Amino acid sequence: MSGVEGYMYPNEVTLYWSVLIVLYPYITGLVAGAFILASLVRVFRVQAVAPTYRLALLTALAFLLVAPLPLQFHLGHPERSPEMYFTPHATSAMAMFGYVYLWYLMAVLVFEIWLDYRREIVLRSQQTKGLLRLIYKIMTLGSNNISERSLHIDERVGWIVTLIGIPSAFLLHGYVGFIFGSIKANPWWSSPLMPVVFIFSAMVSGIAGVMLLYMATTKLRKQAIDIHCVDTIAMYMFYIFIIDFSLEMLDLVHRIYEADESFRSLDFMVHSKLFFSQIVLQIILGTLLPLFLLFLTQVVKFSEIVRKRIYIFCGSMIMISVFAMRWNVVIGGQLFSKSFLGYTTYKVDLVTKEGLLVAIGFLILPLLILWALVKLLPPWPAQSSHQAASGD
Amino acid sequence: MNISRRHILVLLPAAAVAWKHVLAGTPEDSPNYRMSDHWWGMLIDIPKCIGCGNCVRACQTENDVPDGFFRTWVERYHVTDTHLENPEVISPDGGKEGFPIAKEDEGKYFFVPKMCNHCADSPCTQVCPVGATFVAPDGVVLIDPKYCLGCAYCVQACPYGCRYIHPTKKVADKCTLCYHRITKGLTTACCEACPTGARQLADLKNPKDPIHEFLKMHAVQVLKPQMATGAKAFYNGLDGSVR
Amino acid sequence: MSGLKDAGHLFRFLGLFVIAFLVFWVIRGFVVPKSFGEYGHYRGAAIAEIASHPIKFAGHQSCEQCHTDEAGTKAKGAHAHVNCEACHGAIFQLQPAAAAPPENLYQRMLAFAGLRLPADPPLVKHADDPMSVTPVKPDSAVLCARCHTASAAKPKGFPQVDPAEHSGGVPCATCHNPHSPVIGSDTTATAAAGTTAAAGGAN
Repeated sequence: MSGVEGYMYPNEVTLYWSVLIVLYPYITGLVAGAFILASLVRVFRVQAVAPTYRLALLTALAFLLVAPLPLQFHLGHPERSPEMYFTPHATSAMAMFGYVYLWYLMAVLVFEIWLDYRREIVLRSQQTKGLLRLIYKIMTLGSNNISERSLHIDERVGWIVTLIGIPSAFLLHGYVGFIFGSIKANPWWSSPLMPVVFIFSAMVSGIAGVMLLYMATTKLRKQAIDIHCVDTIAMYMFYIFIIDFSLEMLDLVHRIYEADESFRSLDFMVHSKLFFSQIVLQIILGTLLPLFLLFLTQVVKFSEIVRKRIYIFCGSMIMISVFAMRWNVVIGGQLFSKSFLGYTTYKVDLVTKEGLLVAIGFLILPLLILWALVKLLPPWPAQSSHQAASGD
Repeated sequence: MNISRRHILVLLPAAAVAWKHVLAGTPEDSPNYRMSDHWWGMLIDIPKCIGCGNCVRACQTENDVPDGFFRTWVERYHVTDTHLENPEVISPDGGKEGFPIAKEDEGKYFFVPKMCNHCADSPCTQVCPVGATFVAPDGVVLIDPKYCLGCAYCVQACPYGCRYIHPTKKVADKCTLCYHRITKGLTTACCEACPTGARQLADLKNPKDPIHEFLKMHAVQVLKPQMATGAKAFYNGLDGSVR
Repeated sequence: MSGLKDAGHLFRFLGLFVIAFLVFWVIRGFVVPKSFGEYGHYRGAAIAEIASHPIKFAGHQSCEQCHTDEAGTKAKGAHAHVNCEACHGAIFQLQPAAAAPPENLYQRMLAFAGLRLPADPPLVKHADDPMSVTPVKPDSAVLCARCHTASAAKPKGFPQVDPAEHSGGVPCATCHNPHSPVIGSDTTATAAAGTTAAAGGAN
């Protein structure tokens, strides 16, 4: 059998969960993380990050709309996926997906965005023409009430929605961690820490993603980046990353210490097949380096330009590192044999239904959707003539 | 064989009558089968297995198993004193055409046929999101190919590696304990083809089934007992090195 | 509450959910298979569907209905527990197109194109037409060798030889009656008769 070292059970040689299954938790992680950033403003009253509030919500929506697509492309029979709505199996974590997704999309994200934008939606439904007018009119659901009182009610209800949205976001992404963490057959996955690690790494990646998007879109609009906003985001990113890193290290130390029957096989796998993706990319370049640099920004007073550059670098490394983490969990969990006697290889195809091009497409698509959403529901106030005072 | 035409004329009708219940395609024509009367398992006798691969070939024939995937397979273990925890295991094409000749050395060799364990507390049915795989009332774990999404969650959840995604049907597939045979009073294809009696179908609810006596008289194990899957493939003479 | 009229838009949003739920419930009534939940969280009809798969191996009891001579010989010999189809292959086997030679030009063209003759039934029944539908005669050089070639991996008590040393390439059936392979054990038929039978069955 090609690509196999040692012994694999014959049916284990092929990997059944491809790069698309790596993408899915990555995307829902970005959704959850972006939403947490938005909730910092709405629930925890961190006014400093207010400039990113609407952008974070739209980012979450853009990625959430794309989230089911990798799953649909992976399924052997995607036309049967409505079965998850009609006959969900109560003992299966995966069966939750349909309902959790729908709940989060409609009862949290769309609801909150609608409440926050309702005033603009109603105004635009009266001021625009043609197809756009129709779109806005539909979005008003036929109500043109933007009185003080109604907007105040929106504000209050929106606060409750965000409050409910926080555990909903944890559920949306945490259940994915549980899908892996509850599989006793696979010692690389089976762990009560798995949902928690997934949630915290999701928060870091989502916050980093929105930070980068904020900086990029602000630059594209030739506006000044609110440095206080970005400083605050980076601070949250840093502290949440420390928690995430501690959890992952706890898992690692626990494994090495207990050294159960799976340890030798997994240890060898990490040092050979996953060396680049886990040790180099996820841990050294993707975690230790950004943590160190962010730590420096917390204790040393760098200039604005230097801080921005560090944030961009760290944010990018974090985005890559969290993707690597998903890769190491999903693909890593299938590279070793459950007999602990061998390994197989995973070759990503290029142009197949579950190949690299499709994966890249699913990463670009949310950005295109975000662009459309930004046009439809601008997250920032009307363009000011004030240009950026300093570069970057 | 020397059967004259006259013999044929006599024997054919007898054969036809005997085959009526076998040719029937639906359980309604085998009215004697009641699911609640049975609780199926399998007995695998390691000291008897010679690694001929008959079972693997018979299963592929009976169930149209695609090449490269296995509803059952045979592993050959080579255990030496110095590496008790690290046996050398091979399963060339699942053992379908037998195994290469082994040379005598200080270690011991043995063959281990593997298959779906038809677990009573099956982790694969626990994780199926839609109810496409299930434990039938007579203890056989089955897959409904018309309902399965092909998500492969069950494949990941099986500790024994007995499931796969069918390459053309794109649904999960695995050993069905030849359900279409055992419900008609036949034994499984692998048991039928095994020349040494290393594999034997067992009906735990049948008081006359030889498995009850066998379980009393032998030390019997299941694979990965720590997983508490309620596995019903019972192994006689299973070495501790078997994974 | 007096504020209710300013919350009208919220009820409209809620209304979306109510409508969606009703539509979902109606569709569900049509789409979920009727037998779902009959025995558990699965489609009950699947059990009968799986039980009605076609059978390929008939089982030794059926062979023994007609082939009483062979069955008798075998029952007294070392191969008593080796079932007929373990060597002779599945009786209810799909006949490959090559097995029945084409009778006319049309069938020859189909065979050339690799297509099965449309008249072939999906399962060919030896019991219905034993003279023309016969299982492939096993090649003892491959078949016997698979079990009986000596290997350190096989159980020590199991009869095994090195084929080259043992017979120098002579086919096993020359000396051994496959139905009762221990030489001298077969009293109802001689080894020569076994050879004749093997040769007679050869096509």
